[in-house]
Amino acid sequence: MLIKLTGGTVYDPASGIDGQVQNLYVRDGRFVKQPAADVKIDKEYDLTGKVVMSGAIDMHTHIGGGKGNIARMLIPEDHRKDPVYRSDITRSGCGHAMPSTFTTGYRYAEMGYTAGFEPAILPVNARQAHMEMADIPILDKGGYVMLGSDDYLLRMLTAKKDQKAINDYVAWTMNAAKAIGVKVVNPGGINAFKFNQRKLELDEQNAHYGVSPREILQVLATAVKEIGVKHPLHVHGCNLGVPGNVGTTLDTIQGIGGLPMHLTHIQFHSYGTEGDFKFSSGGAQIAEAINKNKNITADVGQILFGQTITASGDNMRQHANHGFANPNKWVCMDIECDAGCGVVPFKYRDQNFVNALQWAIGLEIFLLVDDPWRVFLTTDHPNGAPFTTYPHLIRLLMDKSFRNDMLATIHPEAQKMTTLASIDREYSLQEIAILTRAGAAKLIGLDDRGSLGEGAWADITVYTENADREKMFEKPDYVFKDGELVVVDGKVVQTKWGTTHIVRPEWDISVEQDLQKYFERFMTMKVGNFKISDDEMTEDGRGSLTTHSLNGTV
Amino acid sequence: MTEITEVPSPFCGIGTDDLTIHVEGLSVKVSENGCAVNTPAFEQDITDTSARVNGKEVSLELAVAKAADLLRASNQPVIGGCATDVNGMRGVMAVADKAGAVVDNVNFPAARRNFLALQDTGWMTTTLAEIKNRCDFLLVVGVDLEGFSPRFFERYLWNKESMFLDDTSQRDVVYLGKVPSGEASTSPTGGKAKVIPCADADLPEVMAVLRALVKGRKIVAESVCSVAINDLQGIAEQLKAAKYGVVTWAAGALGFDHAELTVQMLCEMVKDINTMDTRCSGFPLGGKEGDQTANQVCGWTSAYPARARFSSGFPEYDPFLYDSNVMLANGEADVLVWVQAFNTTSVPPVTELPTIVVARSGMTFAKEPDVFIPVGTPGIDHAGHTYRLDNVIAIHLKKLRDSGLPSTAEVLNAIEHAL
Repeated sequence: MLIKLTGGTVYDPASGIDGQVQNLYVRDGRFVKQPAADVKIDKEYDLTGKVVMSGAIDMHTHIGGGKGNIARMLIPEDHRKDPVYRSDITRSGCGHAMPSTFTTGYRYAEMGYTAGFEPAILPVNARQAHMEMADIPILDKGGYVMLGSDDYLLRMLTAKKDQKAINDYVAWTMNAAKAIGVKVVNPGGINAFKFNQRKLELDEQNAHYGVSPREILQVLATAVKEIGVKHPLHVHGCNLGVPGNVGTTLDTIQGIGGLPMHLTHIQFHSYGTEGDFKFSSGGAQIAEAINKNKNITADVGQILFGQTITASGDNMRQHANHGFANPNKWVCMDIECDAGCGVVPFKYRDQNFVNALQWAIGLEIFLLVDDPWRVFLTTDHPNGAPFTTYPHLIRLLMDKSFRNDMLATIHPEAQKMTTLASIDREYSLQEIAILTRAGAAKLIGLDDRGSLGEGAWADITVYTENADREKMFEKPDYVFKDGELVVVDGKVVQTKWGTTHIVRPEWDISVEQDLQKYFERFMTMKVGNFKISDDEMTEDGRGSLTTHSLNGTV
Repeated sequence: MTEITEVPSPFCGIGTDDLTIHVEGLSVKVSENGCAVNTPAFEQDITDTSARVNGKEVSLELAVAKAADLLRASNQPVIGGCATDVNGMRGVMAVADKAGAVVDNVNFPAARRNFLALQDTGWMTTTLAEIKNRCDFLLVVGVDLEGFSPRFFERYLWNKESMFLDDTSQRDVVYLGKVPSGEASTSPTGGKAKVIPCADADLPEVMAVLRALVKGRKIVAESVCSVAINDLQGIAEQLKAAKYGVVTWAAGALGFDHAELTVQMLCEMVKDINTMDTRCSGFPLGGKEGDQTANQVCGWTSAYPARARFSSGFPEYDPFLYDSNVMLANGEADVLVWVQAFNTTSVPPVTELPTIVVARSGMTFAKEPDVFIPVGTPGIDHAGHTYRLDNVIAIHLKKLRDSGLPSTAEVLNAIEHAL
């Protein structure tokens, strides 16, 4: 099957193409060179005047795993407002804050997204994460395995195991949990909460292990680098949501000593303590630090106003914030000497000073970080807002007058506490393509996605140019996944199953001997039953694994 | 004879995965680490190998076609039981979506007590490994824990080593309500659980007073129901003094009206303790016959727990209206599908309606169903996934023998395709 996409205006930052009119050719799911004149084109799409980008990639979205399903169970009243009918080709479900899996896949695809990555896979809950994601149609998926509050790692640090041993453990866990990255959430804090610590500063010690978050970040960031994983350590820092945490975040950036590090939902970690309400923006300081430190990347975790639900591994901070639960119900869970989770419904309100300023802080960071390859478009779905708000967020970034109109409607004191009105920057289409495609693929370490270049998989989104960027991005004309047409005019026309992206870093076999002893002594399952095999990922008949290269390999 | 080790069990809910099993042809024997729940469940013989329509043996294809015919002609089918593995439950969801059925898990009447509390105020809970390594005080409310799970104490409380307790035999155990049926709760050094008995129906009042005492409220009475306030005061103090207390209950054992309010009282008490400078967690017991599995899979595919209706073309959840037994009794359903891959004694409710049974080989019926399709048992006849009682842990079940029986998923997917 040879497809020709004719005459579209192409934005493909991965290939250095910025708004040029080009034809694209797809054979058997991948982009190919222009074929010889006598080769028969099986299907041609006239894209004259249309905007063509690769399929968008959400590099941080909570779409698979236990806490998401707890969130679903907790808020039936939210689902009832957004029922999704079945059709001849699609399954029924529910939408809004925490959609069902099938609806998640359809709605992402209908916005032009073709991949999503779950950032918080607990090793012990990895099976569930992959099973849920296996029921998300169309999208490719993958995830980052969570370490840093697991007792095994903390015991290693207390026992002063060397970096090599830690590297082996990290690599082993990535293989066992089928991950493409490593995440740390409130480093050591989830563990400290089990010992009744209620906060943990960057240099504060875990009461039992005598280990600080700074040490955990250092060994994990080093491990990720040394085992060759391309996605830098994915860090949800200390003190999420705490006024004054901008200091912690700046210290975290300085303290990592140049190692690659990704700071996630950094908006929640950029708060000062100035002003009448002792809550102020640290957006400019954070953006400046990112601009200066080329080893740092960040996604924003923008909040948008309305009802949502927050689901996080950070049960220490979620417990501390449970008083804000709206509606007033919440769940916290300690999980299996591995991690934990906290689920708290939230309603962000534009007339609430703190929420309004959170909104502005996120936008400040987007607009003040110079390098679009090092900042990523997220709402930390569903924590800042559901992913379905992305077209609105893109308009806020691309349209200064719209942004200022919105700014004029929020809590007046918050307006005074932000520099947003003075920022003239408007993102270009090429920059949006970097944030949501090329940059994301590069950051995750996907070898052949996020590009329209020859050899890449043909995940393609086609939009009609519209000055209203929200309208433009919420309803693509066409979406192709692996060269197959899946969406027309913003509606799914065909479904398929995506692959699961992983890496397979190497480890020394001896690491498993220690793990086996640990599992026998302290855990509740055999180590052999803990590991997820390749066969297990595919035995449902629709899953597949795609292994990506490591640094230092081809 | 083949010996298979490290076999996980889908039957006991607590995820024991240290069974050794001998397989000879179709015969399965648990040779190590069996218990009163697991051993008979594993060792049950295969009797039916052929599908039946109206009592007559037919091919699988014919039985599937007949089931599809009945569903096609139905205005409101209900799928009860829903006791199977993850892939089987995916099949249930696909059929329900296409046929516009109600999905109702067999244990939902019990699980509802927890869901109503969860969906009203939430809770704080923990998992088995945390209990094994951290729990220094266990309060058991209204359930005979060893009757529920014979190996719970051996595996998760009287384990020789733990990471954070010097001596696991020094853990304190208190029963409130039901009296333990045996000695499993007695520690290896002979320490006996304290037992404060009361009738199940008294638990709402007793739990309310216990929570009041935890919060430091003054109670003037000397007893509540048959329980001395002093005894409850002792529990309250132990909960607050513990570093990592755990309060466990089984929704299925709370067989009185509005037990959800007692679950809620217990869960809110646990939350209270976490504001008193210590940690405490709830621990709901369940996980048998795939009930957590049903709720998890229904949860991610529909966003609701496993009592949902699909006849409007989208999922609707109501913990009362879509009770399959009530629907059958009120004439609100016209076809019954019963899915039960684990337990042959869990038979479909008696009804005059056309009935399709997809169940473990060996199920016998007072009234022969219109369609009976015997299926393999997850974890014996085919691989699969099931959820443990603590909900976040899915275990990968092994295939132990080649029985040739289809899986629940194969049968339900075939029915869905035929629809």
